[in-house]
Amino acid sequence: MTGPILPRLVDPYGAPPGADPRGALQSITLDLDRTEGDAVNRMKATHLEPFPDPVLEVPDELQRSVIVSSIDYLLNWARKSSVFPLQSGLACCSFEMISSAMARFDLARFGMEAFRASPRQADLLIVAGTVTWKMAVPLRRLYDQMAEPRWVISMGVCATSGGPYYQSYSVVPGVNHIMPVDVYVPGCPPRPDALLYGIMQLHDKIRRYSLKGQVAGQA
Amino acid sequence: MAIKTQPVTVNLGPQHPSTHGVFRLRVMFDGEEIVDVEPVFGYLHRGSEKLAEERTYTQIVTLTDRMDYVSPMLNNQAYMLAVEKLAGIEPTQRGVWLRMIAAELQRIASHLVATGFLLQDLGALGTPLIYAMRERENILDLFEMLCGARITNSYLRPGGVFMDAPTGFWLALDRELVDIVNTLDELEEYLSGNEIVFSRTKGTAVLAPELLINASITGPMLRASGVDWDLRHRNPYDYYDRIEFKRILHTASDNYARYWVRVQEARESVNIIRQCVAQIEPGPVRPSFDDVPRLIRPPKGDAYVAIEGSKGELGFYLVSDGGIAPYRMHVRAPSLINLTLLRDMLIGGLFGDLFVSFGSVDLNMGEVDR
Amino acid sequence: MTTPWSGAALAEAIEAFAPGSTDKSHGGDVWLKPEAAFMVCEGLKSRPEFKFDLLSSVTAVDYIDHFEVVYHLTSLPKNASAVLKIRVGLGRTDAVVPSVVPIWRGADYQEREVWDLMGVRFKGHPNHKRIMLWEGFPGHPLRKDYVTYDQSIVASLAPDDGAYAAGSETAVELGTAGSQPAPGAGAEA
Repeated sequence: MTGPILPRLVDPYGAPPGADPRGALQSITLDLDRTEGDAVNRMKATHLEPFPDPVLEVPDELQRSVIVSSIDYLLNWARKSSVFPLQSGLACCSFEMISSAMARFDLARFGMEAFRASPRQADLLIVAGTVTWKMAVPLRRLYDQMAEPRWVISMGVCATSGGPYYQSYSVVPGVNHIMPVDVYVPGCPPRPDALLYGIMQLHDKIRRYSLKGQVAGQA
Repeated sequence: MAIKTQPVTVNLGPQHPSTHGVFRLRVMFDGEEIVDVEPVFGYLHRGSEKLAEERTYTQIVTLTDRMDYVSPMLNNQAYMLAVEKLAGIEPTQRGVWLRMIAAELQRIASHLVATGFLLQDLGALGTPLIYAMRERENILDLFEMLCGARITNSYLRPGGVFMDAPTGFWLALDRELVDIVNTLDELEEYLSGNEIVFSRTKGTAVLAPELLINASITGPMLRASGVDWDLRHRNPYDYYDRIEFKRILHTASDNYARYWVRVQEARESVNIIRQCVAQIEPGPVRPSFDDVPRLIRPPKGDAYVAIEGSKGELGFYLVSDGGIAPYRMHVRAPSLINLTLLRDMLIGGLFGDLFVSFGSVDLNMGEVDR
Repeated sequence: MTTPWSGAALAEAIEAFAPGSTDKSHGGDVWLKPEAAFMVCEGLKSRPEFKFDLLSSVTAVDYIDHFEVVYHLTSLPKNASAVLKIRVGLGRTDAVVPSVVPIWRGADYQEREVWDLMGVRFKGHPNHKRIMLWEGFPGHPLRKDYVTYDQSIVASLAPDDGAYAAGSETAVELGTAGSQPAPGAGAEA
């Protein structure tokens, strides 16, 4: 229950210099806010259980011909050596994510220094920070916009379980309620070394995918 | 004759490389010109103020770390001053000096980050940011020596700090102060006289000092308009009254002035740390547990304390009901309040200046939303 | 050093230009009557003896039987500070105070935040809507009677039902801060 909304003036401060009198964007955006609020409430009400973590099924040896496994090896090698992370920092952890891309920790050694600004060019989502219910909707949309195969690293305890903000009224109790997670990196925030170790674990995981077995990123 | 085009409303964020976190803007353009702007907050609202009501006074330090995660030491300091005022705790001398050193180091780190990201917004992808972050890493190393953590320090305790500096710290600090000055020289050599930086930042987003004061804007943004208002000087807390330092002022009040003030303030912080190191004396770093117990029960009442944070006036308002947890905690977040004039800064400007003006505010989403 | 106004002196000075506008004063605080608050704030900003040109902070506290809106003012030319308080919503009725945005624009986001999290309305605010939480969030979380819903309770409601009643009777006793009902307490609902 939000209570009555008071009537709003058209332009509260008078027209600032150079402003078009058509200003006052805020007077037309309440409907957008309500639509967004509905989406948040719907997500909060429907995402009750965490997604199961994507598990690698051991593929049936008989199904794996020599040719496929070689292609697997080549594909996985290419994929793991050129992971493109999405540039999406949420909170404190994002600074450790940036630090790991900077001179000292040098993410470029893993072939993934090119943070992409668009989800369509990225295949790794590092959830770096607290996920609030309001942010959960755009975050899920980012995940949906990423092309498969795609991977998710949950960085820090906030993204993993809510961490210090567990049981807060606005915080998602773990990003695995929103999307399946491949690697969890503990820490608050994890040091860049810890993130690098998590990324190495992800590389290990990518290396074990198979065309015949589970497709990468499938829930 | 100017050609009028159809205004278009564009959504920027919450996931955007230049919005410094999960910030969202609705912008209405008329061609290249910005007609109207509406910021949307709350994508990082974690309910810290509510959670603080369920934690003891010492536990809350961990929450303050995560508010402005670029300057946790300053948050710790502001919060501890409020607790000390509320509970009537007398801090120890060495504890105060240590936390002043930590706070000034943090101010340098925060201003470096602000400068690096401002230049990132200008289009200098990577290079200045890498210079700034390289030096920030060295400052974080010092914090690791002090308390074992890089970002979420939780270094301060009621009445001082929780541990004395290790033996190697002072030598490392001396070396680091020299390095910071070198880095700032290096940055300024590239940027302060740079023609591209000049033409992009000078004369953009100019704000009148009266307007800034009326909108409660404080910190480097206010000092860049020539208003001499620094709480370290006007209302000295801790031992800032025993320290001589220059107040950095600029009169242009444009994006360049804000950048310049931050770089010069970082230099002045080095000067302040040197004076702190010269005056610090051996002694206990926090009161004994007989004087200040682990569970503090301040008397009924309220207290508001503000310090000069890296972004502006950072205040904590605490209400006690005599229990072990505050009845109410409120944070006066400079990042949020400094955005009040965002419309005035951006409207009438060009799209290319949007992120530059935005970056010159130096906001931190953890503090905006809390 | 910033000189804080004492409550008694400030109340006297306010009474001199706005008779009958203060409730009481204690320590460093002055309690204003809500109906006179706007006029007093205007005077505090413009009159030469005060010159409070910077509004440091606006916040509100829930004292179970009423709300208290707290203003921290600073005067840059005189280097002075003052604390104003307004009691509203006695008996948990609708809490309304006049907005000071026309006087200090710095109150803009802060008043919206108080409305969002505490549920105190600001009459005359130019853009009176939620700032931190989303539209359709049930209730105002910083109120003491707000029960932190866990997800399963929310799920049993229709998404836009908003069954949380603001100002319900489940008040937490004053003096036991931090004894919020456990979020799981209502799980059987």
